[in-house]
This record gives sequence, C-alpha cells and structure tokens, in this order.
Amino acid sequence: MNKVMEVSGLTKKFGNFTAVDHISFDVTEGEIFGFLGANGAGKTTAMQMLCGISMPTAGKGTVAGYDIIKQNELIKRNIGYMSQKFSLYEDLKVWENIRLFGGIYGLREKIIAEKTDALLKRLDFEQERNTLVKYLPLGWKQKLAFSVAIFHEPKIVFLDEPTGGVDPAMRRQFWEMIYEAADQGITVFVTTHYMDEAEYCNRVSIMVDGRIDALDSPAALRHQFKAGSMDEVFRQLAREAERGD
Amino acid sequence: MKQFIAFANKEFYHIIRDNRTLLVILGMPVVQILLFGFAINMEVEDIRVAVYDPTPDAFTTGIAERIRQNPYFTYLGNVHSMNEMEESMRKGELELAVVFQQNFQENAVHPGDAAVQLLSNSSDPNRGSIAVTYATAIITGYQQEQLGIGRIPFQIRTENRMIYNPLMKSSYMFVPGIMGLVLMIICTIMTSVSIVREKERGTMEVLLASPLKQGPMVFAKTIPYMFISIINLIIILLLSYFVLEVPVNGSLLLLLLISVIYILLTLSYGLTVSTLVDKQINAVIVSAITAMLPVLMLSGMIFPVDSMPRVLQALSTVVPARWFIAAVRKVMIEGQGFIMVWKEVLVMTGMTFFLLGITIMNTKKRLE
Repeated sequence: MNKVMEVSGLTKKFGNFTAVDHISFDVTEGEIFGFLGANGAGKTTAMQMLCGISMPTAGKGTVAGYDIIKQNELIKRNIGYMSQKFSLYEDLKVWENIRLFGGIYGLREKIIAEKTDALLKRLDFEQERNTLVKYLPLGWKQKLAFSVAIFHEPKIVFLDEPTGGVDPAMRRQFWEMIYEAADQGITVFVTTHYMDEAEYCNRVSIMVDGRIDALDSPAALRHQFKAGSMDEVFRQLAREAERGD
Repeated sequence: MKQFIAFANKEFYHIIRDNRTLLVILGMPVVQILLFGFAINMEVEDIRVAVYDPTPDAFTTGIAERIRQNPYFTYLGNVHSMNEMEESMRKGELELAVVFQQNFQENAVHPGDAAVQLLSNSSDPNRGSIAVTYATAIITGYQQEQLGIGRIPFQIRTENRMIYNPLMKSSYMFVPGIMGLVLMIICTIMTSVSIVREKERGTMEVLLASPLKQGPMVFAKTIPYMFISIINLIIILLLSYFVLEVPVNGSLLLLLLISVIYILLTLSYGLTVSTLVDKQINAVIVSAITAMLPVLMLSGMIFPVDSMPRVLQALSTVVPARWFIAAVRKVMIEGQGFIMVWKEVLVMTGMTFFLLGITIMNTKKRLE
C-alpha cells in the first residue's frame, strides 16, 4: 500500500512549552485515520504542521509526497482542510462559496459550474443554491464545508473536529460522506472528541501531552487495553495526562 | 490571476451584503460635510508678513517697524514689486502682504487720507482673517499715536483682500480635511478589520492551508475599499461644489492623483495594522488611535499646524493626512499646479512604500 503521509520525530515548541513532542506515524492511501486526544493534547498544532501552515521546530515528514518543511506550498495544492471553526463565509450564498474555493484552487470556471451542479444534486441542496450560508442549519453547513474541502479532489483531506455541536443523526450522515470520500480514494485525516466516531476509523492514534501514546485499529486498541469500547481506552490513557484543559 | 479575481469578488459580496456598514461608509462623508459648517477661532502666531512700499517715508517705515516688532508677526522683509509679492504668496512663503499706496505720507498730510492694502492668504480662513485683524490694529494704533503727538488730523484707510478665499468661507478649510478623514477611516479601519475578521473567524486558517498566496489575498482585499473610497471622493467633491460652493480651482486631474496616492497610503496603513493585531476590536482601537485622532488633531484639518507647539509640529510630519490636506488645499482652493505640491506627493509616496515594506516583513506565510 502507498503511504500518503510519513512523519518522524515531528516537534513543535512555543517557547518552553512543547505542544507536539516527537510524534511519528504514517498514513496509507485511502485510509480513514483518526487523530484523537484531549483538549490541549496538541492535535490542532500537529495538524497545522502537516498542512504546511505551521513550521515544525524539529522532525521531518512528507505529506502527499512533498516535504513538509521545504515544499509546503505544494502540499497545500494537494490537500483539503476543514477547520475547527466553521470555515465557509456566512454572508456568501451556497454557490458563491463553492465558486470561491474552486477559484482559489485554480479550477476552471466551466468545471466549477459542472461540479457545482453535480454536488448540489448529490447533497439534495439544489433549492438552497442561492441561500446565504448563515441561514442554513449547522448540520447542513458542515456537510457543505466538507464538500467544499474536497471539491478540488485532494489526495488528503484534513478535518479538525468536523462534527462539533452536531446532533447524532447528522453526525451519522456526515460519516457516510466521509466513507464516500474514502471510497473515491481520498485519504481522510480526522480529529474528533466523540469516541463512537473513533470506531468508524480504520486506525486511530491517541495523543496525550503532545505524544502519541497509542496507535492501531480500534479493535486492536480495545484488545490491547482490555477495554470494552474506545471510550474506555481513551479514558485509561487520558488519566495519565498532566496537562489539563 | 483566477484566484485573485475569485477572492476580490468575494470581498465585494461581503461589503454589499453588509447593508448597515455600507450605509455608514457612504453616509459618513455626507453627514460630515454638512456638519462642519462652522469655524473654530484660535490664536494665530508667526504670521509671515512682507511689506511693499514703493515710496518709503516716515509714516510707512513707522508702520513697518511696528509690524516688524509685533510678536505675532514674522517679518520677511520688503518686496520690490507686486509680482514678487504674488510669487512669494503663491509659494506659500508669505501669508500677509502690507501694500502702501504711492506717496503715502503726502496723501496722509494733504488730503488727510492715505490707503494701505492688506493682502492675506486665506486658504486657511481663520488664519487669514486674524492676520488682517492684527495688522489693522497695528495701523490704527500708529494713527492714534500720531494724532496724539498733535499733528494735523488724517485718516488711514486699510483695504483688505482675502486671497484665494474671497468670501472667507470656513468650508474651504474643512472640505480637504473631511476628505482626509473619511478616506482614512474607510481605507485604514475597514481594511484592517476585514483582514483581522478572517483571523478571528477561522477562515484565515483555511485560506492559509489553500494554495492562495498571502500577497494576492491581501491585495485583493484592498480592491473593493479602493472602489468605495473613489465613490466617496466623488460624493465629497460633488457635495462641496454644489452644496458648499467650494470650487476646484486647480487641476481636477491633479487633485484625483493626489487622492489616489493618499488612498493607497491609507490602505497600506490598514494592512500594516492588520499584521499587528488579531482581534477585530483591537484593529478598530489601533486604527482609531493611530489614524483617526491624528487626522483630527494634528493634520491641520481643524487646528492650523503653524500655530501648534514645535513638538506637535514635528509630530505632525508623520501624519499622512497632514500632507494630503496641505496638498488638497493648494490644488483645490489655491489652484496651484504640480510644481507646488511635489513635496507632499513625494512624502506620501515614500510613506506608502515604507508601510508596504513593513507589512511584507510582518506577513508570515505560516501561522506561528
């Protein structure tokens, strides 16, 4: 299997504080990789380094075949990113948001138009085409944000707590979209708070105090920690954490 | 280029959809132009004065001497022709000219009626009229003194001419000031807020993770504000022409050129602010304190720069609006050409490049 991401010894320090402490892992093409950890464990910082937004203090790695230190601009062309905070523009219409990000990723106007039609049809959003995004319910916004993040068909999509604040039924639908994307060959790198969602991943890593303390498939982790659910695994590990929220 | 257009497009939507802000932006110059209808009186010092005396005699040298000694005046010397005087006034060196009639003393003694003309540069109307008042008082005082000595009674007529602003309208002074203020508010505050808003809402992170380069992104953000500023400029000029009846005496093209340079300057300043703060509220506070207050206090919009203490005068040289307002007054009110405003244009251009340099240095490609 092809590795789309390989990282070793990745570290980020802010002054004396080590936010991310020598993490190493790899991600296989088409995989859904869960990146778990309590608040303040360093997930977002690690993810920002992988996306080429933040410069690592030490360590090396490649994402989508490009060096995270020297080729971060090339990485950006080949990934999608959905941030923790809602990442679409509320005062733009649905189609305007899609066109904006299509334009930013350099897609041609004609292709954008075709793909927009197809996307809205698939999401059953056609009647909302001209609605301002702020009038959409939260679950719809997040579905749209995800669709926009993979609109340019990236090799990897990074999702930073994509389902925060959404009801369980909507989360279920959202994960169906993630599976669809993975079936199309897009590797999914996702952080989450919800341990039930961790079960949906092919493999998960659990970060504690900036380190990766566990990394395997959910079933193997449950076995290793003799736990009935991922939630228990997570609680066992988080108990050792020194950093609070 | 495609990215750039897509992004600039988005910025237009932001502005058009935000009705309330749009109303404020476009309404502000209208309200201000109509509000600033009153003058504020202030003490005036260091009035640069010169004397034209075709036939010197005891009376004229007596009056000239008193003007020379008066603490409110800075005596520049005598001029030798009306042309010389006009030239000096046009250059802005001279603010008040005292022009004696030929054979002044003879006239005063024989028909008992002599005339002296006071010409003042009234593109700043307060200063102009106060200069004339001072000079008139000195001449009247001299006359009283001579009468007291017991010579034959005579009368000195002073004829005043307010050059460049014959009707002494204070709107002549405020229109350039309002242009300086409004453009500063729109370009600096609005631009910095619009960039910082993306940081605050988290959309900046998504943009940073996209192939969109920060340079084009920031530049695309300035485009809509540039458009609005030009619309505002046109509104101000139309209002001042039709409502306040302030003419554009100089070249309209030159006036627009100066304004565009100033718009670029204030936009650069907005960008600089946006690289220094990361909350919208801070952007507003920093812009308001460092951009708006100096425009009101130090630019010469309300308080003449020449009557400020030296320290403030020195401080005012770093206020962009000071140069803009000076240049606009010269072109719009005094009708001067490029040759008279090159210094202001140069200073503003220099400031623009300086601020852009700082912005580029501060702009980090990656989040830190």
